[in-house]
Order: sequence, then structure tokens, then C-alpha cells
Amino acid sequence: MNSGAQSPVKEPILSVRNIKVYFPIQTAGLFSGTIPLKAVDGVDFDLLAGETLGVVGESGCGKSTLGRGILQLLELSDGNVVWMGNNIGGLSFREMKKYRKQLQIIFQDPLASLNPRMTIGDIIAEPLTVHYPELSAEERTQQVKDMMDRVGLLPLMINRYPHEFSGGQCQRIGVARAMILKPKLIVCDEPVSALDVSIQAQIINLIKGLQEDFGLSLIFISHDLSIVRHISHRIMVLYLGNAVEVADRKRLYNNPCHPYTQALISAVPIPDPDLEKAKQRIVLQGDLPSPLNPPSGCVFRTRCPLARDLCAREKPRLQQIDPDHQVACHFWQEAQDQRII
Amino acid sequence: MKIKPIIPDRLESISEDAVKGRSLWHDARRRLFQNKAAVISMVILGIIVVLAILAPYLSPWPYDDPDWGYDFPGPPNAELKHWFGTDGNGRDLFVRTLYGARISLMVGILATSVSLLIGVTYGATAGFIGGRVDNIMMRIVDILYSLPFMFFVILLMVFFGRNIFLIFIALGAVEWLTMARIVRGQTLSVKKKEFIEAAHATGVSTRKIITRHIIPNVLGPVIVYMTLTIPMVILTESFLSFLGLGVQEPLTSWGVLISEGAKQMESAPWLLIFPAIFLAITLFCFNFIGDGLRDALDPKDR
Repeated sequence: MNSGAQSPVKEPILSVRNIKVYFPIQTAGLFSGTIPLKAVDGVDFDLLAGETLGVVGESGCGKSTLGRGILQLLELSDGNVVWMGNNIGGLSFREMKKYRKQLQIIFQDPLASLNPRMTIGDIIAEPLTVHYPELSAEERTQQVKDMMDRVGLLPLMINRYPHEFSGGQCQRIGVARAMILKPKLIVCDEPVSALDVSIQAQIINLIKGLQEDFGLSLIFISHDLSIVRHISHRIMVLYLGNAVEVADRKRLYNNPCHPYTQALISAVPIPDPDLEKAKQRIVLQGDLPSPLNPPSGCVFRTRCPLARDLCAREKPRLQQIDPDHQVACHFWQEAQDQRII
Repeated sequence: MKIKPIIPDRLESISEDAVKGRSLWHDARRRLFQNKAAVISMVILGIIVVLAILAPYLSPWPYDDPDWGYDFPGPPNAELKHWFGTDGNGRDLFVRTLYGARISLMVGILATSVSLLIGVTYGATAGFIGGRVDNIMMRIVDILYSLPFMFFVILLMVFFGRNIFLIFIALGAVEWLTMARIVRGQTLSVKKKEFIEAAHATGVSTRKIITRHIIPNVLGPVIVYMTLTIPMVILTESFLSFLGLGVQEPLTSWGVLISEGAKQMESAPWLLIFPAIFLAITLFCFNFIGDGLRDALDPKDR
């Protein structure tokens, strides 16, 4: 757990400004039109070189959409994504290709992310064939074998097919494919949520090791707060497509200032039966509102214990309350004082 | 089913540089060869194909000249080497059945290839592009579907005259509709898989995504449907020949032979029985192979 101790270089490698991803949804009826589903509704953040930003939130809050929006796998409805000084938002396929080398993604379902008809050697080599077609077959194979070795796969498995591997091994293949081009940023879209706990630890440690070796920046999307805490330097909490709190890892867990973050953290089990029993849990009422018709003002007000008139009228902006801490709540001080756990 | 010992095999291969993986195709082939009906069908079909190819060397009689020294039509006669008898014009039925096999199988395979070519290209394009393009392309297929196919073929025949190549094109042009629908459906489901997104994220070009990632993954159902299309086409060709729209004399196909045999069913039943047996067996074989392939390529659906 020394990842938080390293101080990354203070210069953002990636700046995301007010990005929005809306999906048009067909309405029923004779005079049907489309209404936007606001999957990501104005998110800002900076990412430093070598830093890990954890993105947490419940199902359907826009975590994966955010990750895909940054990589231009989904069309942005608005906003800028500035990668090393260049705006990559809305670039065409051809223009985007030169950045693809530096931006990679690891997927949630390890087996589904591998083409079942290709050998894993071909799968891992594919990025090389796309970006470095001048490499000879031997050089390519050598690079693939080195990378397989680095991620903990036996290089002699190179001619096997994905269905011959376990979930954890498939995820290692996914990591190898993402790493073969030596990218600078990897979006990890719930990379371990489909794996069992012992394997999760192996994959997390593999990713952390690679981060240290190659100076990677990571955007680590997960709904598992313990894992995010383990791997991240900073954490962003998403709710209904909005960032509600962004803070340094330690600050977020020790001093959460948004009522939603507090509720999330109170739900994390503590591996001590006495403490766990004594702990008071904040149980939120109701369900996540529909992103087709989000609440006015603060998106969290329908479930917030502190909600007042102001929350319905005015959308709280993400405000800096400390150098490493931003929160989007009108009454964050009250929430901070009321905190029980 | 015998279980082969795999352990010694494995041990040997570990000492080698790289372990050879077993691809899904490899697994499918193994399952196919375990299916008795499919294997027997392949053997029988192989025999029929060989017979059709070697037809001129198997019998002393030509397919287009009558045997003046025998009855018109004459029953099977082993001494004169008229194994299946002769037809109303005194021509040897055995040779004619095998020549008919040539035409019927050729029509089946070529027309299916035409349908495969058009159907896969069209379906994969519609499915991959999606949205409005997909909508328009599939509505065109729907419209073509609703045209009466027989009428269409008969019109073609009347306009351009009876021509064997026209039959291939006409049949292929009709059969591709179903193929296009199947390929489009498969493409739509494969397109949503994460490995396609991974390819996008890597910057693989659209053409490469279709050829490397989509087509190999939709090929299974296509192969199955192809083996089921061949007998369908053969049957349709027989039907056209039965109506008198098929191949031209003295060439023949099973459909023509059956049509002629049916006319003299009571006086000379062998004229109907032999070609009908060949046709039925061939159709059976193709269907069994198609069944076996379906089970082999998609064992989950069994």
C-alpha cells in the first residue's frame, strides 16, 4: 500500500473538461422523437502522469461511459478531452489512430474481450500489426513472448486459444494486449469484477507493478470501494453522470464530505466482527433516478438526508474545499459535521 | 465413443517450444467426425460425386445415343450392362442418372456459392454499418422476399431462353436473401462483443475488423446454412426441370429424369425409381451433414 506515498509529477497528462455523453432514446407514440439519456453529464478532472484515478459509483451511474468517452470509443456530446496538450475530443478515426498507441483499455469480461477464433499470440500482437506493420514476424513474436512473460503467462502458450484459459489468465492476456504498445494511459473498466477474490488480488498487483515499471497513468473504474482504495491515488465518486466528490484517497475515506460518499463508505464491510456490528450504516432510500429525467438542481437530492429547497433550485458546483478535495454539495460542512462513522 | 489417451501427447508437447492450441474449428471437426450419420453421409456423398465424375468410364454406353439393339424403354439388364435399364429413347439410364448427378450437384454447389457470395457481403455490410443503412438494406430484402420466386425464375427463362448458367444465377439470386438475413443477425450480435470494442480501441481499421473479427465468428451458422441450401437448390432445380424449365436435352438432371419417369410410372417404373433414389439419398446426406455441422459448430444448442 505504498502507492499513495509516491508523489507523481505535477503536470496533467490528461485534462477532461465538462464532458457529456448523451444517448438519444426513442420515445414511444405516434409523434415519436428522441430524448437524451444523460449518461455522463459534465465531468471535469485532471490526471497526472503515473497517477491512478479511481472512479466509483453504483451501477448505471456512467462510470464505463465516462471511460469510453475519454478514449473516443463513444461520441462526446460536449466537452473537451485534452491529451498531452492536444484536444482529442471528436477526432476522426484516422486522426485518432496516432493517439490510440498511448491510450488503451482493459475490459470487464476477460473472455468476451478476446476473439475466440484467434490464438492469444495473434490477439496480443494485433496492436503491433496495426501500429508497427514494419516489424518482422520474429520481432513481433519476441515482443509478444516478452510481454506474456511480464504479465505472468507462459510464453509457450502463445498458440493457444482463449477458451483454453481461466478467467484470470484471460485477464492477463487482456492486460498484455493493452500493454504491448507501452501506452501512457490505461482505462481499466472494472477489470477484476468478473474474477474471484484471490485472482482479483493477483491482477490488481500485476497492474500496479506494470504502472510502476512503465510510469502508467490509470483510470480505474470499479464499484468495489476496497479495491479502488488499494490501487488509487485519487478517487472520483460519480452519481448519475455527475462527479459528486473528488479527493485524495486518504481524505476521501477518512473525511468524506458528500452525503452520498458517506453512505457508500459506510456500506464497506470492515473485516472485524465487533467493529462491523458497532458501525452505523447510512442506508439510502429509494433507487437511482432515471438518467432520462434527472432531478432538478442537485441530482442526489431525491435520496439525500440533508436535502432542502436550495438543492432543488440550484445545481451545486464542484468546489475546492481543500487542495486535494473537491465536493459538489451546498451543505458539505453540515454533512462533514454530522458524520457518525 | 472411445476416449483417447491424451496425457502422453501433452507431456511430449510441453517439451517443445510452444504448445499447439486447439482452435474452435479443430474442436468442431472432432465433434463432426464423432457423428456417425454425418460421417456415413459424407462417405455416400463422396461415392456419388466420384461416380458422377467417372460416369463415362463406368459404362460402355453413351448418355446421348440410343442402344438400337434393345427395347425402347427396356428394363434393367445386367448382360447388356444396362444396369438401370433404358429410357423411352433407348438411352442407358445408368449413364444418364450419373450425368444428371453432374448437373444437379453442379447447380447445387454453384447456386449456393452465388448466394453465399452475395448474402455474406450484403448481410455483413448491413449488420456492421447498422442504423439507417441497415434498415434500408433489409427492407429491400423484405421486398424481394415478397416477390413470387417461381414467377421470377419463369420470367427469366422466358426472357433469356433456357440456359444452364441462368439457372445458377436465378437460384442463387433468390437463395441469398435468407443468407443475408442470417449473416446480418449474427453480425449484429458479434458486433456488440467486447473484443470488437478492443479492436476499435487499438485502432484496427473497419475493413480489418470485418475480415479478421466478424466474419470468422459468423462463419459457423453460415456453413450450416450452406449445407442446407445445397439440397434446397437441387430440389428447386428438379422442380423447375419437372415443369420443363430446366436443362436442355440431351443434357439431363435428376429433375428431368424424374419428370420423364413419372410419365411412364406404370409401364416402366425403373425410369422413376433409380433417379428418385439418387436424389433422395443425396438430399438425405446433405441434410445429415448440415445437422452434424450444426451440432459440431454450436454444441450449446443441442
